[in-house]
Amino acid sequence: MANIQEKIAKLFPEAAFEEADTLTVTIPDAQWHELAKTLRDDAEMAFDYLVTIVGMDWKDSLGCIYYLDSTTHNTHIAVKVIATGDRETPYIHSVSDLYAIGCIYEREVYDFFGIIFIGNPDMRRLFLSIDWKGFPLRKDYDMNPDINPVPHENERQSDYTYTYVEDADGKIVKEEKRVFAEDDFVVNIGPQHPATHGVLRFRTAVDGETIKKIDVYMGYIHRGVEKICEMDTYPQTLHFMDRLDYFSAHPYHHCLCMCIEKAAGIEVPRRAQVIRVIMDELSRIASHCLFIGTFCMDLGATTMLFYTLRVREQILDIMDKTCGARMTFNYETIGGVIADLDPDFVKDVKALLEILPKNIKEYNKLFTGNVITRNRMEGVGVLSRKDAISWAITGPSGRASGWACDVRKTAPYAVYDEVEFDEIVRTEGDSMARFKVRMDEMEQSARIIAQLIDKIPDGEIQAKVPKVLRLPQGRWYQTVEGCRGAFGIYIESDGGTSPYRLKIAPPCLPLAAVVDHLTEGSKIADLITIGGSLDYIVPDMDR
Amino acid sequence: MPYDAWKDNEYIEKLVKELRDSGTNVIIGSLDHLINWGRSNSIWPLTFATSCCGIEFVSLGAARFDMARFGWEVARASPRQADFIMVAGTIVHRMAPVLRRLYDQLAEPKYVIACGGCAISGGPFRKSYHVAMGIEDIIPVDVFVPGCPPRPEAMIYGIMQLSRKIKVEKFFGGVNRQEKQEKFLESHPIEGIDDNK
Repeated sequence: MANIQEKIAKLFPEAAFEEADTLTVTIPDAQWHELAKTLRDDAEMAFDYLVTIVGMDWKDSLGCIYYLDSTTHNTHIAVKVIATGDRETPYIHSVSDLYAIGCIYEREVYDFFGIIFIGNPDMRRLFLSIDWKGFPLRKDYDMNPDINPVPHENERQSDYTYTYVEDADGKIVKEEKRVFAEDDFVVNIGPQHPATHGVLRFRTAVDGETIKKIDVYMGYIHRGVEKICEMDTYPQTLHFMDRLDYFSAHPYHHCLCMCIEKAAGIEVPRRAQVIRVIMDELSRIASHCLFIGTFCMDLGATTMLFYTLRVREQILDIMDKTCGARMTFNYETIGGVIADLDPDFVKDVKALLEILPKNIKEYNKLFTGNVITRNRMEGVGVLSRKDAISWAITGPSGRASGWACDVRKTAPYAVYDEVEFDEIVRTEGDSMARFKVRMDEMEQSARIIAQLIDKIPDGEIQAKVPKVLRLPQGRWYQTVEGCRGAFGIYIESDGGTSPYRLKIAPPCLPLAAVVDHLTEGSKIADLITIGGSLDYIVPDMDR
Repeated sequence: MPYDAWKDNEYIEKLVKELRDSGTNVIIGSLDHLINWGRSNSIWPLTFATSCCGIEFVSLGAARFDMARFGWEVARASPRQADFIMVAGTIVHRMAPVLRRLYDQLAEPKYVIACGGCAISGGPFRKSYHVAMGIEDIIPVDVFVPGCPPRPEAMIYGIMQLSRKIKVEKFFGGVNRQEKQEKFLESHPIEGIDDNK
């Protein structure tokens, strides 16, 4: 990292450095776009993956922290940019021309903080409706429900979007343009539609049956988790993780716990570490099972749901015995896990491992080789490796495009560095590949569990944690491999008992954002295949 | 399920008494019984899920909990073909008008089950700026099923309660239900829309 710092310091004398959890560069807004270009294009740095943009309100100023990863060197960097202009109209230059996912991430920051990104082609609100008053994640936001009451009328809709550009004198000009072309035929799909896997809405411009453009509307399940977390103490924030991506409840919980443990310097007992990993992998199998079931159901093969839910129910039973719930477990705590394993746990898991290969074989026999399946999935929605990185498509969907992005391999946490497993990577990048990656990942998860299940060490399950937990001042970022991709948690603490800012970087937001890019030029029926194969969970992207 | 095992017999008895007080015609009363027997054993849900509770609803449809035993398995994607909405999940500001519209699209007689803490009161998200504090402000509710998410068994119990309610209703004339709805619409007016037209 030292030579990267030197190099940046040489090129950008204004840059200030800060060695925190990640190397953080602070740069004035005027140089930011140039720095981003250098970071991305320089062969030695090659930060080509924009992990997340954390909007920040430091009370006296607004700004963003960009987390960037290099897929070639496996290095991380954070860039802090403070917005220029006053609190009414803060500006930052957009990087949406460098990173495809930047456009959606910047819209999210605009929605929550009101920071305007110069050059972003689509500066609309993302989660909240156009009539919403105020920017909710600002510290001075008025939460009074009378200002923004529950609407009873249908939402107002606009066909126009805005772009802010700098003219020759450096003045910022607002430009209005249409979302769709004037003579486009626009069909509405969702928010209440069984194939959108929740409440997601697509405005689809079609030419006959061919899709020309999709405008994704999110926010139909935006619950403002990040803002609630700022009002809660650290242990109180944990249970929201279960309710984001409810299939990845264990990995998400694990992530937030690890982030807080890292900040507070808590050492987790080994028994708890192993239990956490086993739970993560069990969730992964259960999640992929449901993916296969619902995906096949979207394509018309309803029976598969019954076959896959059989295994899922068995896993839920195992969890139920230990955690006491079927879905929202609230099992991992800061410093360990909440309760010890059920006496039957090992026996039950072994029974599961025994039947799992037979079941996977059965799924393959029933569905994978089917000629209709292959016709509908092969070559549909092809995503190249370069696009996958630019759109920040992680998880099984990214690995299907040939990008080895498994966090368990790139930045091993808990006991993942001690177990043997293969990272499933395919190169086709189509819907079939995304399906097959998940199928194979179930086997790998079973392999991890098999290695650990006989070797769960004895000992404590919970480290000593102070009753009132305060984190020191600073900021931390932690990633885990959720069931749908890399899930990140950013915590900034001011030394109090609750986070100053808790940012959730969900894997499903890019997955939904990429739908427009993937479906361009394909048929409406393929939209269902592509959406199903990406396997996004709407409460996860909306938070 | 034996009668004593139900938890809310007083409520149903009160409802029955209210209905009986106005008197029942012998012929129409018997026809009511017949129709309601059919209706209560084939209530079709609308496929409507916003979050976690929806997944438990999927489990309910699968082989283990098998809601087909009770005649509820025909989940319809269109509200025009469904009998009730199971509001499974959080309803946020942006979704509220959509839910109201779905409810308006359901054909009479229609029912609503509020499933899970979020739909009942906002649940764990009560402090949020973008969550409706319970769906009762948006549409009238017949049965509440608490839980986060409720277990499939609880959901079965909830829908069975609904079918008990349907059994005692007067179908011909449909007085009870419509009166309740009119009252609700009067107390929750939408600007610019006259519900009586």
